[in-house]
Amino acid sequence: MRNIYLDNNATTQPAPEVLAAMEPFLRDLWGNPSSMHRFGGQVKRHVERAREQVAALVHADPAEIIFTSCGTESDNTAIRGAVEAAMQRMNVVTSRVEHPAVLAPCRYLAEKGCRLHEIAVDAEGQLDMVQLGEALRDGPAVVSLMWANNETGVIFPIPEIAEMVKAAGGVLHTDAVQAVGKVPVDMRKTAVDMLSMSGHKIHAPKGVGALFVRKGTRVHPFLLGGHQEESRRAGTENVPYIIGLGCACEMARLGLEKEQAALAMRRDRLEKGLLATCPDARVNGDRVHRLPNTLNISFEYIEGESILYMLSDVGIAASSGSACTSGSLEPSHVLRAMGVPFTAVHGSVRFSLSRYTTDQDIGATLEHMPGIVRRLREMSPFGRK
Amino acid sequence: MWDYTERVMDHFRNPRNVGAVENPDGVGEVGSLACGDALRLTFKLDADGRITEVKFQTFGCASAIASSSALTEMIKGMTLEEAAAVTNQDIARYLGGLPEQKMHCSVMGREALEAAIENYRSGSTTKKILAGKVVCNCFGVTEEEIERVVRENGLTTVDQVTNYTKAGGGCGKCKDDIAAIVDRVRVELLEAERKAGAQAAPRRLTVIEKIRLIEQTIDREIRPLLKNDGGDIELIDVDGNRVKVGLRGMCAGCQVARFTLKDVVEVKLREFVSSDLVVEEAKE
Repeated sequence: MRNIYLDNNATTQPAPEVLAAMEPFLRDLWGNPSSMHRFGGQVKRHVERAREQVAALVHADPAEIIFTSCGTESDNTAIRGAVEAAMQRMNVVTSRVEHPAVLAPCRYLAEKGCRLHEIAVDAEGQLDMVQLGEALRDGPAVVSLMWANNETGVIFPIPEIAEMVKAAGGVLHTDAVQAVGKVPVDMRKTAVDMLSMSGHKIHAPKGVGALFVRKGTRVHPFLLGGHQEESRRAGTENVPYIIGLGCACEMARLGLEKEQAALAMRRDRLEKGLLATCPDARVNGDRVHRLPNTLNISFEYIEGESILYMLSDVGIAASSGSACTSGSLEPSHVLRAMGVPFTAVHGSVRFSLSRYTTDQDIGATLEHMPGIVRRLREMSPFGRK
Repeated sequence: MWDYTERVMDHFRNPRNVGAVENPDGVGEVGSLACGDALRLTFKLDADGRITEVKFQTFGCASAIASSSALTEMIKGMTLEEAAAVTNQDIARYLGGLPEQKMHCSVMGREALEAAIENYRSGSTTKKILAGKVVCNCFGVTEEEIERVVRENGLTTVDQVTNYTKAGGGCGKCKDDIAAIVDRVRVELLEAERKAGAQAAPRRLTVIEKIRLIEQTIDREIRPLLKNDGGDIELIDVDGNRVKVGLRGMCAGCQVARFTLKDVVEVKLREFVSSDLVVEEAKE
């Protein structure tokens, strides 16, 4: 059975080019870039080359890139580091639909005495800008708002938000883990102070990420104990993975325009096809301001985990916002914040594409989904009679 | 993915008795769209008062569908008295076990069956009998229901109650109340046990009791330990005082499996079931 992988917002296939770029640094060039001998020292310039590649993808200065172990570390460093480095008491402002890697540190800081504002979203998943304005007037703030949502793909107007935060004298961090590599992200045009990236969402392996910190932004380091990364992140550099991240960023930058269009075309075909063949289905989230690779769609009267297992039986990998798949009993906090009715939350499925998704993959998914939905509806006590 | 048994996946992929019985004698409905799972059970009795036809409709995850399907297979041919004695543990056991967090699916099956029998007996069509004080407002779980799962499944923690009834899995405000109920029932059970122990000398277990107790001990005491190391265990046979088990997962072929058998499995079974048990690995 062919593996049809439509869960790329969870993780992506490492690109063969990335693996090839990494291999010499696992096998031969395994020295420590901080060493005072040629064997180790020669590795340093490769790390710096990777830094340039990462910086180029988001149009930043290489000196503004810090390598981390993952997106979660980048988020934690940015939010907690900015609050700790502030010379005054800071409010923390975030949204109700953030990834737990942002929500949890924000709530942690609230426990430690910061005033926390969690901004609401509308039915489309778009940020309530009026509420944001009010929160910013409440005092100096560290603001963390995502560039694109991992569940729905909805894109927040980060450039506009950045102007508001800047005018209010706040610090803005954005979790761009899902946006980078899928839509243009330009640090020259957007006044964000910090931006998180993750390797394994853009075809590098798991275990490497980056944090952009604009020059002049004060952040307290999260890891202490070494001079690496200009003392902004201690710990011996994870060289092979940093090289991999650099290569993945370069591929993303060079392919961005073409891939963006191809992703949107396939995603739209999937969306249209599913809406046409599966009754009582609805798309969740703003369909205009959305990542080109993401489709979050709800099938009423049936439950997401059942859909996923049936999809898995025919080799299709996707994910769901249903309670049963979350490991808790609560369904997706994102869909609930949007006011998606319970009937639709439990039956939500996220399909997320990548550059390796083919027309065939979409065709096979369109072939299998109507039957799965029909079978589960026949079993369900609810629905149109 | 959840660690579902082959039996669960079979009942999910090939559910038995889907649909609604025409002109049913009993109808039971539990759960709701908001809760994330719901079950509608219908049955018909024959002239002897045995369940001759039974069907289900379920909205829910793979284990909810499998639990419903299993339930219908189990109670077909039973009298209502026999069916009323089916517990959620019976359903889980029929499926070869359910993940701890999914035990509420088996409880939903038992509740739907009860509601259907109640409907037959009294004509009551209340979707769910909300007897007593509601403890968990998020999922509408009453004190009585919580007491019952604690008693029937020997639960000891709030997390377990959440896994079995969903109570406490929403906003979490009722967790203290649940803890109080768990404590109260535990004390009651322990006192009852002590009294019973004082009255009667320990009697010999019947074969069925022994096997059930062995299964319970494996489920509660042994499997969680092995799972920590990525392993699993299956009860193959009980022959007198000899218990044959198969080691699975990381335990299968593990160099120290021999010690696991003696130092973990046998020790626990002797402690909880009978001191004369000998554990052997079944050779397949």
